[in-house]
Amino acid sequence: MTAPRPLHDRALDNLRYIRQTMERAGSFTAVPGWGQVAVGATALVAALLAARQPTPELWLATWLGEAVVALGIGGATMVRKAFAVNDPLLSGPGRRAGLSFLPPMVVGGLLTVALSRVGLWQALPGTWLLLYGTGFVTGGAFSVRIVPVMGVCFMTFGAAALLGPAAWGNWLMAAGFGGLHMVFGTIIARRYGG
Amino acid sequence: MARQGVARKTEAVERDVARARASAGPRTAELDRLIHERVRLGIVSALAVNDSLSFNELKALLKTTDGNLSVHARKLEEASYVTCTKSFAGRIPKTEYRLTGAGRRALEHYLDHMEALIRVTRQG
Repeated sequence: MTAPRPLHDRALDNLRYIRQTMERAGSFTAVPGWGQVAVGATALVAALLAARQPTPELWLATWLGEAVVALGIGGATMVRKAFAVNDPLLSGPGRRAGLSFLPPMVVGGLLTVALSRVGLWQALPGTWLLLYGTGFVTGGAFSVRIVPVMGVCFMTFGAAALLGPAAWGNWLMAAGFGGLHMVFGTIIARRYGG
Repeated sequence: MARQGVARKTEAVERDVARARASAGPRTAELDRLIHERVRLGIVSALAVNDSLSFNELKALLKTTDGNLSVHARKLEEASYVTCTKSFAGRIPKTEYRLTGAGRRALEHYLDHMEALIRVTRQG
């Protein structure tokens, strides 16, 4: 016959079960709305600058520079919001959202190198928009419902960039990384606290 | 001596539980039993961090069967801890659950209760 478990252990076990259930059921709400608006604004500037570049290499460098700036703004505002709403980034839904968002970004980086090497510059806008959108669809499964919707919009713009004329590429990037970020960022900021 | 220590610890636990019950109101004994069951505790905990969850979302989250979830959700509904809304998404029936104020308070009291037990047993 097994001895009954002490009261203390059972209480701890119950508290652990509640915490784990809440973590599994919860959504990652630290998506920074105003941060996305700022990223959208810098993307519009980048699109204007990129359109004036004389070579594809300089066009690529402009957008890569924008990616670094966007990463900085997005990362900093996300950490700030996570602290403000007490939403941990490294555990629970935050961790799952991050891990789901990451693979499409890594693939995007690798494809950028591969496509640039063979001079397929015109494929880059569609590839970036599609994979960025995929990241929001997969990561957004653990976040508020508007995030995967935003991902689908990015993917639609990406498909248009891949299948449409090459001249559309830079402007679809402006509409996607600029316009979509600003529109969805404003909605997220208003509905989900910043 | 040891027996006196155990008696003191038991009295302290009873005092904490009585305090938790007193703050929760007259129905706490029933509330404790209702919420203490694992599936029901899971339903209430999951709804505490969501505006609403569908039957299928709860089923997947708690890894339980239709019948089991249905029985436990109904008990919580009868106690007014959750509300249940049935609708149609196209032709597919959809059942959505929400936590009520009474359900949220019951979860808070349950958490207080567990913490009180841990505190008292640690002091001993």
